[in-house]
Amino acid sequence: MDFAAIRSRLAGAEGRLYWRSLAELSDSLEFREYLHREFPEQASEWNDPKGRRSFLKLMSASLALAGVGACTRQPPEDIVPYVRQPEEIVPGRPLFFASAIPMSGIAKPVLVESHMGRPTKIEGNPEHPASAGAADAVTQAAVLGLYDPDRAQTVTYRGEVRPWSAFMGAMQSATSGQKGSKGAGLRILTEPVTSPSMAELLATILQDYPAARWHQFDAIGSDGARNGIKQAHGSAANAVYHFDKADVILSLEADFLSPSGIGSVRYTKDFADRRRVTDENKHMNRLYIVESSPTLTGAKAEHRLAIKSSEIEGFARRLASTITGQSSSAASTPAPGGQLGEKWVAAVAKDLQEHRGRSLVIAGDYQPAAVHALAHAMNQALGNIDATVTYGPAIEAQTVDQHASLAELSNAMEAGQVQLLLILGNNPAFTAPADLKFAERLAKVGLIVYHGLYHDETADLAHWNVPQTHPLEAWGDARAYDGTVTLMQPLTEPLYDAHSAYEVLTTLTTQPMRKTTEIVKDYWMRAFGAGVWTIRNAQGETFNNAEAFWRQAVHDGFISGTAALATPFAPAPKPGAAAGAPGTAAAATTTDTAQAPSDPSTPATGSAQPPAPTPTPSPAPQTAGGLELIFRPDPHVLDGRFANNGWLQEAPKPLTKLTWDTAAWISPRLAETRGLDRGDVIELRYRGLTARMPVFIVPGQPDESVTIFFGYGRRMSGRVGNPPEEARAFNAFLLRTSDAPWFGSGLEISKTGERYLLATTQDHHAMEGRYPARVATIAEYEKEPEIFKHMGGHVPPRTLTLLPEVDYKGYKWGMAIDLASCTGCGACVVACVAENNIPVVGKEQVDRNREMHWIRVDHYFTGDIDRPESLQAIHQPVPCQQCENAPCEVVCPVAATTHSSEGLNDMVYNRCVGTRYCSNNCPYKVRRFNFLLYSDWYTESYYSQRNPDVTVRSRGVMEKCTYCVQRINTARIDAKKEDRAIRDGEIVTACEATCPADAIVFGNLNDPDSRVSKLKAQHRNYGVLEDLNTRPRTTYLASLRNPNLELEPAGERTTGH
Amino acid sequence: MSQLFHRNTNIYSRLSIVAILAFLGFLGWVVAMLYMSGYHTGQADFVEQPIQFSHAHHVGGMGIDCRYCHTSVEDSSFANIPPTKTCMNCHSQIWTNAPILEPVRASFRDGTPLRWTRVHDLPDFVYFNHGIHVRKGVGCATCHGRVDQMPLVYQNANLMMSWCLDCHRNPEKYVRPREEVFNMAYERPADQPNLGADLVKEYKIGTVDQLTSCSTCHR
Repeated sequence: MDFAAIRSRLAGAEGRLYWRSLAELSDSLEFREYLHREFPEQASEWNDPKGRRSFLKLMSASLALAGVGACTRQPPEDIVPYVRQPEEIVPGRPLFFASAIPMSGIAKPVLVESHMGRPTKIEGNPEHPASAGAADAVTQAAVLGLYDPDRAQTVTYRGEVRPWSAFMGAMQSATSGQKGSKGAGLRILTEPVTSPSMAELLATILQDYPAARWHQFDAIGSDGARNGIKQAHGSAANAVYHFDKADVILSLEADFLSPSGIGSVRYTKDFADRRRVTDENKHMNRLYIVESSPTLTGAKAEHRLAIKSSEIEGFARRLASTITGQSSSAASTPAPGGQLGEKWVAAVAKDLQEHRGRSLVIAGDYQPAAVHALAHAMNQALGNIDATVTYGPAIEAQTVDQHASLAELSNAMEAGQVQLLLILGNNPAFTAPADLKFAERLAKVGLIVYHGLYHDETADLAHWNVPQTHPLEAWGDARAYDGTVTLMQPLTEPLYDAHSAYEVLTTLTTQPMRKTTEIVKDYWMRAFGAGVWTIRNAQGETFNNAEAFWRQAVHDGFISGTAALATPFAPAPKPGAAAGAPGTAAAATTTDTAQAPSDPSTPATGSAQPPAPTPTPSPAPQTAGGLELIFRPDPHVLDGRFANNGWLQEAPKPLTKLTWDTAAWISPRLAETRGLDRGDVIELRYRGLTARMPVFIVPGQPDESVTIFFGYGRRMSGRVGNPPEEARAFNAFLLRTSDAPWFGSGLEISKTGERYLLATTQDHHAMEGRYPARVATIAEYEKEPEIFKHMGGHVPPRTLTLLPEVDYKGYKWGMAIDLASCTGCGACVVACVAENNIPVVGKEQVDRNREMHWIRVDHYFTGDIDRPESLQAIHQPVPCQQCENAPCEVVCPVAATTHSSEGLNDMVYNRCVGTRYCSNNCPYKVRRFNFLLYSDWYTESYYSQRNPDVTVRSRGVMEKCTYCVQRINTARIDAKKEDRAIRDGEIVTACEATCPADAIVFGNLNDPDSRVSKLKAQHRNYGVLEDLNTRPRTTYLASLRNPNLELEPAGERTTGH
Repeated sequence: MSQLFHRNTNIYSRLSIVAILAFLGFLGWVVAMLYMSGYHTGQADFVEQPIQFSHAHHVGGMGIDCRYCHTSVEDSSFANIPPTKTCMNCHSQIWTNAPILEPVRASFRDGTPLRWTRVHDLPDFVYFNHGIHVRKGVGCATCHGRVDQMPLVYQNANLMMSWCLDCHRNPEKYVRPREEVFNMAYERPADQPNLGADLVKEYKIGTVDQLTSCSTCHR
């Protein structure tokens, strides 16, 4: 990497320079060559005489054979009708069921599309407050996980297949041995449990075995948030943030716009709603962020201060003392970040104070409890409680410090106190901190039962393995991020011999034969019957009887109005007492009992208790030398639980656009001083532990910090997720210790000299120097609304074309994408993959520019790579622009891409012969070619996942975004049958449906009242590369920023091209 | 050296050029004919079914409406093959011991579905919707032929794209009043051009542009 070239280019730039990657910015010869040879692999064949000869031979042979190959007759097909057809099924029409996908125990509400009993697509539940119709990438990809052929399929004992009855028998005999000791040797390890019925079942077991212990562990959960709120509140509670009411937001490393966070779907929506600027309403919120490793939230922020993770507490303390006006020792200590930090403290404090009750301070999940407590204290001082922040009862049945809980279990295992260990999910043998030696200590446990979705690293060490049901296969309940009780219903019978966690746990009770349905339904019928909660429907009316309530709740997928209610029959299970807890700092706050209200008929509502004024500071950071090491869950595979999901592996990760792999993030300056380049493998040494990682240079990363991500380096994830031999050591869990779960100092890195191929799509489909993303500040836009029109090239007059003018009567489809709302989360990419049967191509093909995603999210960066605070980013989703004067159509020799009467740029797969002229002629680079047989035609379990309304493409065929024409056709046919026009909003494309920020709007341009027409009438509306006279139907609303003039003087030019 | 071939042979070489071209043309014609023939399209081929169900008897003889079995034909893309239960509605009362119906009874007893062989099999990249065609006045018999006279159902039309387009380009040639859609014996009246044009207007059938847009059927 030539950093000198980058700096001189940045210094010499007139106005603002936008770039997608450092390679592009350096403008090296290699990069130019790469750019100009879009398909480099084929190009070299032609110059090699031998290669050319065999190329011609192969081509003529394949031409001849192609003709013969086309002579196949269609094989006969069977039609298999039902024996007794369920009343609600109309063959050819999908049904939708409300359910939820739990993640770390917390429900993500969904609506699942089912074709003849086969779930094919997951969308958000529009009525649920946590979703509002949107779903993140990870949730949507769960449907692929359902059909994963690598899932654990049978109950096994020491590797031998056993029937379920044998497991029940084994549990009976194992538990009868525990009866005498009151279960002293029994341990249960789960994820965090928010499910009320599950909590009750666990409480029953712990009543039968009073000496037994229930531990909870989630490698990516936030102990900081749990303990911080306890510090502030005195008891466990659940903080819910209301970004739709906040004008000034300060994030202390909180990635609330994260692509896979717990509440981030709703948070993204609320945040975007507060900056939906129109020509009439120019109100816009402002986001400050103090963070180490760059995140999507940081990319969206007006101002970003990059400091080390460990310095954030100092910053928060300084700011808190300024805001609360309390003179403490913190007020005199200098703010981290030097002079800039001081300036920040003053400016941010002033801005927050000017917006009392309309501001919001939020602390990051990976910050210690003290920062959370400070954030709560600042919100209190700013009058934000009950305005932008509300507190509800704790949603976890038992709130424990998870690392302490696991450490306690690990110590008990070491001491030989554990005779029977039930592990429900989680794969702790892989995800446990290295210092706990969890996998090693499992050998000292008498009998291990593992209940997991896959035969993974933990399953390998367990005696009994019971396959877990996928969330789409079982009944269940859980609470959403805001506390709303969310129900899960099965979409299908378990595909394999899988059992729910309820069924596994009942084997420990006196009623081992109870079914999941019974347990869940019985719980809620009792809850209704006991009158513990006054349960009302969405209209606020009470139900007549329990059955009506249950049907409504299952139909809705949630029980409305339950967000602020404490769980009924809240168990008071034995705390996983801290007797043998390790001497970590966190142990002091290890395990509190659940906050069960003594009288459940008066549930604790979200009334605020005053936060403790002075939060206990976290222990002084170890001041070891070296770099700071920061741990993060991978944005897509999290802690490795989704490692075998091809959609998530191939979806480009935010900011780096890396696919299929992980990398250690380092700053450009660190890369320069250590002589590292992208793909160099480094060895990381940290507290006596070592791991390896390829590096990725990320502008905006603090110079003294290295960020690594969990989830990779798995040995036993399945055929998709298992890495090659050299990537086995790219495992961040090898370095994690339980006392410093998210960051710590003392990291040493060294270059190994090895290189590792990182497939990133960052430079793919570049529009080379023509900057298609436009941005201005809100002040500039207010002064000159037409400002965005002048940023692009000269738009030629409409008459300047050889193509005939077409008058589109009837419908005229179009799309508008608001760049000010888009957070770049990439949910649209996965939605599109699921809806349109888009294949997974694999790492090697991605590296050759051959990813098949019909919509991509381009990131553009601008700013000085040496001053992280100056960096800004814009995200731009790019689907097919459906040009009216489409350059692709005129070059197709077989008319396989033509214009429809409604202005769609149709792609006809059965006509396409694969010349690829169209993609070569597409200025937006949105066409994708099936170079190989990418669709999996051979794995039977995936057949059921495919959308039956979209063709599964074969080799040699071009494809691209169709505006979800299958949805258009369905809506058109429905409307025509009713002799009416299609209503605005009746057609929702897959990307639009799932966008948490509502940045994408589709509709009829011939209807002046449609949402899309109104957006396109805005001054911010512009088309990309309109100077080519392509007349794109997809247009963009330029991005806006709302900077604080104290931190960014107006003179500093911010506008883009 | 004298010439190897006499001047007379010139005519043969010229003729052979023509003959080769003609032969190639003939070959192309043969391929095209084969392609359009029933051998390739499956038109008019009787298809063996697990049960010798006779539409001629049930529709022609008994007068059962199409929609008694093909329930979703008006609502959905797919016309629905009836579940075993539909057969048993009657056959639990009549012909209860007929050996020919044993597979039906067995299916109902064991819950194993019957496996019918598809007769009208469009390629997977074609998306045909029954509901809209029925709604817009395309009769069952227009595509499926006189099913009421078929003891064993066969494919009536060749189902080639040109056949689809014939109607999509000229719907007025084929549409009939809605109330006649399920009438097997309906004959096009003499003034079909006028009637058709009126119906196209009345039923708001899409423009030819829309009906012949690729994405109307392919996606």
